[in-house]
Amino acid sequence: MYKRAKYTIRENTPLTTSVYRMCLEGDTQWITRPGQFVNIELDGLYLRRPISICDWDENSITLIYKVVGRGTEQMSRMTQGEVLDVLTGLGNGFNPDVECQKVLLVGGGVGVPPLYRLAKELLGRGRSVSVVLGFGSKAELFYEEEFRALGADVYVSTVDGSAGVKGFVTDAICEGNISFDYFYACGPLPMLKALSQSCEQSGELSFEERMGCGFGACMGCSCKTLTGNKRICKEGPVMRKEEILW
Amino acid sequence: MVNDMKDLSVELCGVKLDNPVIPASGTFGFGREHNEFYDINILGSISIKGTTREARFGNPTPRIAECRSGLINSVGLQNPGVDAVVAEELPHLRSIFHKPIIANVSGFSIDEYVECCQKMDSAEQVAIIEVNVSCPNVHNGGMSFGTQPEMAAEVTRAVKAVTHKPVFIKLSPNVTDIVAIARACEEAGADGICLINTLLGMRIDTMRRRAVIANKMGGLSGPAVFPVAVRMVYQVSKACNIPVMGCGGVESASDVIEMMMAGATAVQVGAANLKNPYACKEIIESLPTEMDRLGITSLRDIIGIVE
Repeated sequence: MYKRAKYTIRENTPLTTSVYRMCLEGDTQWITRPGQFVNIELDGLYLRRPISICDWDENSITLIYKVVGRGTEQMSRMTQGEVLDVLTGLGNGFNPDVECQKVLLVGGGVGVPPLYRLAKELLGRGRSVSVVLGFGSKAELFYEEEFRALGADVYVSTVDGSAGVKGFVTDAICEGNISFDYFYACGPLPMLKALSQSCEQSGELSFEERMGCGFGACMGCSCKTLTGNKRICKEGPVMRKEEILW
Repeated sequence: MVNDMKDLSVELCGVKLDNPVIPASGTFGFGREHNEFYDINILGSISIKGTTREARFGNPTPRIAECRSGLINSVGLQNPGVDAVVAEELPHLRSIFHKPIIANVSGFSIDEYVECCQKMDSAEQVAIIEVNVSCPNVHNGGMSFGTQPEMAAEVTRAVKAVTHKPVFIKLSPNVTDIVAIARACEEAGADGICLINTLLGMRIDTMRRRAVIANKMGGLSGPAVFPVAVRMVYQVSKACNIPVMGCGGVESASDVIEMMMAGATAVQVGAANLKNPYACKEIIESLPTEMDRLGITSLRDIIGIVE
């Protein structure tokens, strides 16, 4: 269940030229599933900024975000000790308890972070986990080693071919001849669509949309699905492949 | 104890409210989400999500754009339709909120307004019907009924003919003469006026060279519109003899008092509920201190006190 809480910044370091990792200290009891997100209040900006949760433990949250606008730019300049007003435990998250043996995790760019905790949970449940990480170029690559350290089989694709397979995540899946019986994905819409259409297997995909509140009150981020209208922030951001209307 | 000496209660057309603070329609759903943050029974009342005859998905996304001191929305009246609201949302709301509510109704024809109002009029927990003739996000309806005095009066008359409960008309600020429209509603039998709805606005993504919002334009709300709302509440309350609910950019107890001094009997809080889910609770809890600071004993004493 979601709640507002204060968190203290413990770390805010760049992983690439535009991607940062921020570690927050505070109560995390409201986070229940990988793929949930927080909504952060920032000085001088009217709307909060929704950021997916990369990992958490009892008293800390790890966020990985890319500088794409004023809000994330402001976040990148914050330093250790600063306190943030955060709505936490938002969204439904991925279901790590789906019955399957071999799972495939596919992340594109800043869609990668929520898959980190998911990989941990799936490995903890004894699943065999393959991870495909897609980026524009080698310079944008992050967390390849972190996923490997968890014990996952890691594949990389870059659009310019500077690391891993040249092309998109779907190319890496083909080339790696990865076998799986369920998949989880987070990344840009074209990636999600291409993946969903090229996979016969069932899976879960995490979506993003401009949000007003982040907790279901404003209906700003609604989408139509085969199982009715859903709010990306509340019934999402994770949808089952079978219910998505492309 | 400051609180014990302060009287926050107000009365709207015979409906007694413990305090004047009401979440504005469209920023509070049917109470479910905010009730997870705090016990919503602290509120004066609730103006529920705008309801139409048929279920509506609303406009394509993106529907939200950030602005300096506010946001633009173009939700477009997404709601499950009046029958589902009466059958499912109102009973649930009654289970978590034990006070009379305000039913916000919208339409695309006079017939639709009439049908929705009739159904809401029969719902026991509805104390006031708020007729939205000011939604800027739908075509051939919404705001087009609220930008001409004759049309606003026609909706008012039609709705008043089929209802027993007090009817407030929620007006748009996107007009040249708000007083003429408010007076037309009063003459047509409106029991009160609610204003303002959002101001038509637009943002452009300069990198992509296109509008941020899929529908291009939407309604601006938040602190940016507060002075416009105060001005219109002032003008309308001076020109009319029916109560006014003030709405637009209210964020603090101080804003509530300012709106009431301008002429509002009750005050709606909108965009603030999205940014800070505790906004209404914090405003209500800080009202006694703010009243004390300003030498106010009863909020009723300051309604329209500004000459």
